[in-house]
Amino acid sequence: MSDQSFRISAGEALTAEKITEAGEKPSEAVATYAVRLGDDALILAQRLGWWIARAPELEEDVALGNIALDQLGHARSFLSYAALAWGKTEDDLAYFRDEPEFTNLQIVEQPNGDFAATIARQFIVSYYQFELYRRLVDSTNATLAAIAAKAVKEVDYHRDHATQWVLRLALGTEESRRRMIAGLGVMWPYVDEMFRDDDLVESLGDAAVLPSSLREDFDAVTGAVLAEAELEVPEGFVARGGGREGIHTEFFGPLIAEMQVLARAHPEATW
Amino acid sequence: MAASANMARNTEPETVEDPDGRARFDELIAADQRVEPTDWMPEAYRKTLVRQVSQHAHSEIIGMQPEGNWITRAPSLKRKAILMAKVQDEAGHGLYLYSAAQTLGTPRDKMTEDLISGKAKYSSIFNYPTPTWADMGSIGWLVDGAAICNQVPLCRASYGPYARAMVRICKEESFHQRQGFEILLHLSRGTKEQHAMAQESVNRWYAPALMMFGPPDADSPNSAQSMAWNIKRFSNDELRQRFVDMIVPQSEVLGLTLPDPDIKWNEERGHYDFGELDWDEFYEVLKGRGPANAIRLERRRTAHEEGAWVREAAAAYAERRRQQSEKAQAA
Repeated sequence: MSDQSFRISAGEALTAEKITEAGEKPSEAVATYAVRLGDDALILAQRLGWWIARAPELEEDVALGNIALDQLGHARSFLSYAALAWGKTEDDLAYFRDEPEFTNLQIVEQPNGDFAATIARQFIVSYYQFELYRRLVDSTNATLAAIAAKAVKEVDYHRDHATQWVLRLALGTEESRRRMIAGLGVMWPYVDEMFRDDDLVESLGDAAVLPSSLREDFDAVTGAVLAEAELEVPEGFVARGGGREGIHTEFFGPLIAEMQVLARAHPEATW
Repeated sequence: MAASANMARNTEPETVEDPDGRARFDELIAADQRVEPTDWMPEAYRKTLVRQVSQHAHSEIIGMQPEGNWITRAPSLKRKAILMAKVQDEAGHGLYLYSAAQTLGTPRDKMTEDLISGKAKYSSIFNYPTPTWADMGSIGWLVDGAAICNQVPLCRASYGPYARAMVRICKEESFHQRQGFEILLHLSRGTKEQHAMAQESVNRWYAPALMMFGPPDADSPNSAQSMAWNIKRFSNDELRQRFVDMIVPQSEVLGLTLPDPDIKWNEERGHYDFGELDWDEFYEVLKGRGPANAIRLERRRTAHEEGAWVREAAAAYAERRRQQSEKAQAA
């Protein structure tokens, strides 16, 4: 599978501002779907943002910051679009929803842990997002397709970054290998949830991408990297999941409390 | 001096006296031209530059912390994106500047070592804390504003790699300053609480920002030599005046006051007069007794030490790949 064949030109990439300006109101079902993808990206960006000024090398401060910034950009586009369905803004959705109203996958809210755990999470999510976005570019919903067209190019680099680190850590030193295996062990239970279909995605037809349809490719490409890294695909415990229904792990409450604290202290303010 | 030969080692080069080299160096300085890494240069020139460029790099890196403090709590997604990009720019500036310093023969590991051991200095301004969101505005407007006044003349500094790094850095810094101004403008024109937050923050940052230009000219021992070498173009006091002249009218646009009752337009001088600064405070922070010196250094040290296993893994993996490719070539 050549990376090059999947690089899709973004053309006139949509930004959050342009989406709001266009004001094209999505159906409630499309909006609910867009919130899911937006929440995945937002919460991951929130987690990654913590690393800036704490990474193992300056180059990684820049790289993780870049990935966080890309994810935040995707989140803003999806949430800005979704918000139009309810006459709201991206910030209403990000700052004034409570925990059960967030519908991100549980993997993105998992704590950063050490660098290996962060890389394990990033490896899994980047491959998942890549498979998702490269199909979503064909969505019958033009806005979702345009957001995906921009996102897939960026996520392709995230995939590459995570892959390089999985190889380095797995095949580097005994210590790094031990940590990489531990990191994958912590994150892998949340993989299963990513590929579950439900009534919403089924009702959307060709506007959305069925999560179950991504699994085969995800397993093949991640499996190839893990094999090169001389790692086993972790087996065993599967987390119950439920992120898409607003069920979260214990780590989520503090995460959004921190994210929302200032905006909620000044509900009438703009920034 | 062939600095490049020493870059791989963890030692600094030794300058061997070279009369032709010195004549060429003197000519370059007299003609206000650029000195490049391959040119001979006096040891004192090299040392001054290493000190200045590495301090500047350290300042960018430590300077990521006070702003990084608000990335997870930024009050809108747009502000969060702008802040993340800004802190990331600072890491990028640090990297260019370390590279510029490396061309003088000082390895990056040594500079990092000097920073985390507390031996190297960085701008004292980053030893002040950022308790409120408005500090993101004040840092952009006042701290980056002062940095620009200092740095624009450095784009013409005599050492080529430093001057070229500064050109790119200044472009990004002026963007940062406008963003900071915009944060404060928004707060100042927002709710009563937001306006108060902006004013309180400006009150805290004003004097430390003015001190960023360094002590008064009479107490600045290294300035004269740096000016003779075309590294420094204006004196500390000249730059400080230029900064005050810039921010006073801007504060009026912001609708915020500056915490100095002595600020007054002086028709005769064509500049704003301003009050005495508390230089005891400056030296206290410089000596490591500022409000956040220990926190900043500890954070940097922790990140570096906790990342050691990652850097070791990357090096071991690179070595493994090298051996594999050698084996493949031999076969």
